Amino acid sequence: MPQADSTGFADLDALLPRLGALGALDAAALEEAHVALLGRKAGVLMLAARSVATLPLEQRKAYGAAVNALKRRFEDAFAARRDALDVEHRRRTAAGLDLTMPGRGRWIGAVHPVSRVVDEILGIFRELGFSVALGPEVETEWYNFLALNFPPDHPAMEMHDTLYLDLPPSGEAPGGGELLLRTHTSPVQIRTLLASRPPVRVVMPGMVYRKDPFDASHAPGFAQIEGLAVDQGISFVDLKATLAHFARRFFASTTRVRFRPSFFPFTEPSAEMDVECQLCHGAGCAACKHTGWMEIMGCGMVHPNVLANCDVDPERYTGFAFGMGPHRIAMQRYGLCDIRLLYEGDVRFLRQFGPAAGSAR
Amino acid sequence: MNVSLRWLEAFLRRPLDSQDVVEKLAMLGAPVDMVQPLHLDLSPIVVARVLDVAAHPNPKMTRVRMTLVDDGSGEPVAVACGAANVTAGKLYPFARVGTRVPGGKKGPVEIGARSIGGVTSHGMLCSLDELGLGSDSDGIWELAVDAAPGTPLLDIIPLADERLVVDVTPNRADLLCHKGIARELSYAYATPFRLPPIPGAERLDVPPARRAGAEATVGGVRVAIEDTGGCPRFLGAVIRGVTVAPSPDWLRRRLEAAGVRAISNVVDATNYVLLELNQPMHAYDVSRLRGPGIVARRGRAGERVVTLDGTQRAVDEEMVVIADAGGVIGVAGVMGGAESEVRSDTRDVFLECASFAPARIRRARRALGMSTEASYRFERGVDRWAAADALRRGLELLLTLTGGTLAEAPVDLWPAPSHPPRIFLRLSRVAQVLGVELSQHAVEKYLVAIGATVVAKPEDGRLAVDVPGWRPDLVTEIDLVEEVARLHGYDAFPTELRPFRVGALADAPAHVAAGMVRSGLAGLGLLEVSTLPFVREGSNASVRVENPLSAEDAFLRERLLPGLVREAERNWAARTRDVRLFEIGTVFARGGAERPAETTHVAAVLTGAVEPPHWSAATPADSDVWELKGVAERLVALAYPSASIQVEGAAFVARAADGRIVGWAGPLSADAPPWAAPLFGVEVALDPAPRQAPQYHALPTTPSSDRVLALLLPAGATAASVIAALRRAGAPLLETVDVVSDYRGADLPAGTRSVAFRLQFRAADRTLAAGEVDAVEVRLLAALQDMGIRRRGGTAAATGSSGEA
Repeated sequence: MPQADSTGFADLDALLPRLGALGALDAAALEEAHVALLGRKAGVLMLAARSVATLPLEQRKAYGAAVNALKRRFEDAFAARRDALDVEHRRRTAAGLDLTMPGRGRWIGAVHPVSRVVDEILGIFRELGFSVALGPEVETEWYNFLALNFPPDHPAMEMHDTLYLDLPPSGEAPGGGELLLRTHTSPVQIRTLLASRPPVRVVMPGMVYRKDPFDASHAPGFAQIEGLAVDQGISFVDLKATLAHFARRFFASTTRVRFRPSFFPFTEPSAEMDVECQLCHGAGCAACKHTGWMEIMGCGMVHPNVLANCDVDPERYTGFAFGMGPHRIAMQRYGLCDIRLLYEGDVRFLRQFGPAAGSAR
Repeated sequence: MNVSLRWLEAFLRRPLDSQDVVEKLAMLGAPVDMVQPLHLDLSPIVVARVLDVAAHPNPKMTRVRMTLVDDGSGEPVAVACGAANVTAGKLYPFARVGTRVPGGKKGPVEIGARSIGGVTSHGMLCSLDELGLGSDSDGIWELAVDAAPGTPLLDIIPLADERLVVDVTPNRADLLCHKGIARELSYAYATPFRLPPIPGAERLDVPPARRAGAEATVGGVRVAIEDTGGCPRFLGAVIRGVTVAPSPDWLRRRLEAAGVRAISNVVDATNYVLLELNQPMHAYDVSRLRGPGIVARRGRAGERVVTLDGTQRAVDEEMVVIADAGGVIGVAGVMGGAESEVRSDTRDVFLECASFAPARIRRARRALGMSTEASYRFERGVDRWAAADALRRGLELLLTLTGGTLAEAPVDLWPAPSHPPRIFLRLSRVAQVLGVELSQHAVEKYLVAIGATVVAKPEDGRLAVDVPGWRPDLVTEIDLVEEVARLHGYDAFPTELRPFRVGALADAPAHVAAGMVRSGLAGLGLLEVSTLPFVREGSNASVRVENPLSAEDAFLRERLLPGLVREAERNWAARTRDVRLFEIGTVFARGGAERPAETTHVAAVLTGAVEPPHWSAATPADSDVWELKGVAERLVALAYPSASIQVEGAAFVARAADGRIVGWAGPLSADAPPWAAPLFGVEVALDPAPRQAPQYHALPTTPSSDRVLALLLPAGATAASVIAALRRAGAPLLETVDVVSDYRGADLPAGTRSVAFRLQFRAADRTLAAGEVDAVEVRLLAALQDMGIRRRGGTAAATGSSGEA
């Protein structure tokens, strides 16, 4: 029960801020506030008005007047806000429109997830001064193997299970031989070096083919992005720096990378670049076979024989090359466990890579 | 390559942690694909001493005896045992209550306290079979070692091992044996390594091999090399009086850990050397050698041999064969023959340890369609210079295991002895390639670590490096630069971005064009797919794959649309009705040239609603020929801007400016469910030429004057021909012509239709007067009259006539 001393007046004053706040309330909140303040049963102001009769006579007049004045002010404010809301509501529903109904749709168009990954990778290398070069998917043995320093009659040839074409061997210059579907994008290195002089800085996207049966993790054809930088003074340090920079741009700025020795006939020294597993961040999980690392690309310093095969002086020029598989990277990035999804045109899958994909996640 | 961790420990004489070894090998270029624990499930088994053996209290239980066993826990435990060989005072492996034994073929067994004939048995004395160590055991396994009861079995018998499956790259022949892996780890752990001793071989004194040219006799066997190109070195020895028997446990365990099944002491000895030193060997039964003689020569046409796998094989002149006086007895470096194979009754053995030319072995095994442990190694390169040491190792093993004696010193046929190559390495080259200055001391240290001999040549700043025989991959200077980088550690090189020169090349125009097509078509609400170019059937012009994965993939596609039709069908199968797909891909065709023509095509398929359904309107229309034509026009504009769409029968073609057909659009047939909407497709070649910049026309400053003409077109008159006529006659004031409507009704003269055109006239320099436009309109109608076309509802010139709806 309020006392009509300073405490009672102070309680009334404490209600004043709520007066100002009414102007921002929506219809539902406004009704709630009305019940709390002016509700007949338990409204704060109604209780205060009822308490006036219990006060000593000398206090009744002043306190009663204060309560009534405040009540009037609140009643006016509630009325004003109700009017305002009503006008708004009428304006909105003037044409009988329910604006919460769905808008008119358009079919979602999308570039393929592998194209997305390829574009993003190429974009990062463009920042590093690389431009895009292309080459044919049908190659001769010379471009695909011999010019790339694969020794003839060596088990290194078996690193790639090659699909050959049922056509007579090509006698083209500078190097012919059996016609085949290229097993890697590396022959574009040869074509680029034969066509232009250093400094060369190119990335070479394209499809490559191997005689691998189609299953959840293998496909007989897949995308590759090859990279090549040849100039005076390019060293293993430039290779590491460029690719580590790429990894930090493509994955996360804190991503750790490591380089391990490896073997490719067309590079020496050769390396594999691993990046910290993006799922467990190095702790080890099923996706990274509990190593904490994901193999992302093969790379190395261009073998002097490759430069010489392209009439580039290997004593004067050095270079680095790298190659990676956008299908596998797309699988990691989007969490796909079956590579075949990337070759199928299932609308329900492809739609997920449309314009809304970013905000939906 | 399967590597036994225990075997490596024997080389390095220190314990190894498998995870640490995996890490170190990875950073040295020999990644481990898998670590397989071997017999770790025996860790709960302990050594126990049987204190007492008594009959079972139940006289009917004759086979079971009750024993009192000290398992080291203090209190002896009562254990029932059904094995006949259980003896008081002996040690046996013991599984306590609550443990699990791996079991043999029956699978793992949980050991509990069991009642056997009314007496409780607390544990189990184990046989080899029950421990998963073999099935040829009689009774429980009596341990021949001395250990306190309670000692874990694995502590006293090193059964437990881990098998590392090492992924060896084709250049590293040296890593195909335990010694090679141990050499790498010796560097990584900075600890020396040496061959583990052979138990029992300590007192053997094998005499050094006798060097000879191309022919000699050893132990009564004539040995010769006739094909020195294919077989540069051939060592042999004769051991008399061997007893062929199973190998001792330690040898069986090492072979088993490396994934090789133990067969007999003679075969196991050769396999052991193969796995330890990367030297394939072969043992012959001397009594079955005709002559007796052994010669390495070229095969001859018509010769055949039955190899160890029981298959008869024809040899050819390019193969190196091993022959005796009667014919071929083995394909050198690939597989021995069945005829001269060592059998259980063999008494005298000829042991061969030879070097074969890698390319010849590779050719032979490809021609024979087989690959063996031996051919795999010879193809990659076996250390020719270590052959004598390998033979000595093999003889030590054989003599120790078989009880035989050496007939005389081995012979070593080596007609043209040589040295491993010497390579010169410039420190300046190391710095140029690696980007870091390394000291001569460091470089020498790394090269010595891989087994090279280094001589500094300060006069010209070079190092003369004699590479070891086990590294056939080290041939040129850059090979040594890689070794220096590898042992320095790739991680030790900095990753700072240094200044670089950009290349002079622009992006390939075809790549730029494809990118514009891709985003343009995605913007039209089409989804990009990426299918493979392999198809089941081809035309005369198709390119056939010589060695396809299957008949389904026998040809390369000539067009993209068949693949897209299949994807539409896939969506129908998933009950998706509205499908709009596109693809940018390569198609192939045999051309006049040797190389097939390879073209990038762009294709799209459309079926179902042209837009998603919306509550505000009726069900949207399905794609029809007009949707197709519209999409096709946009697609052509993106992919082949200089081409245009033309009507061709019931479909469309895209024609380039020179008249060549570069694309097609039209209805497609497919295996469609009854509820599917019609399917349409378009396919156009991608013009790789750089795109023209858009051309700007100044915006008009004068108002236009619009007219609508409703024209009656007789049958055969096309909108295109009318528009062309209007444009010709309306120039230069006629700016645009649009089709507004096409009306066909009974109220029109028979055989005609009414098509309304909206015409916009404008003069660039003035506001057109109504009279001027009227005059043009008269001219237009006059021109159309020649085509039999007149204004609907009369011929009088009128302004602002409205079209039909």
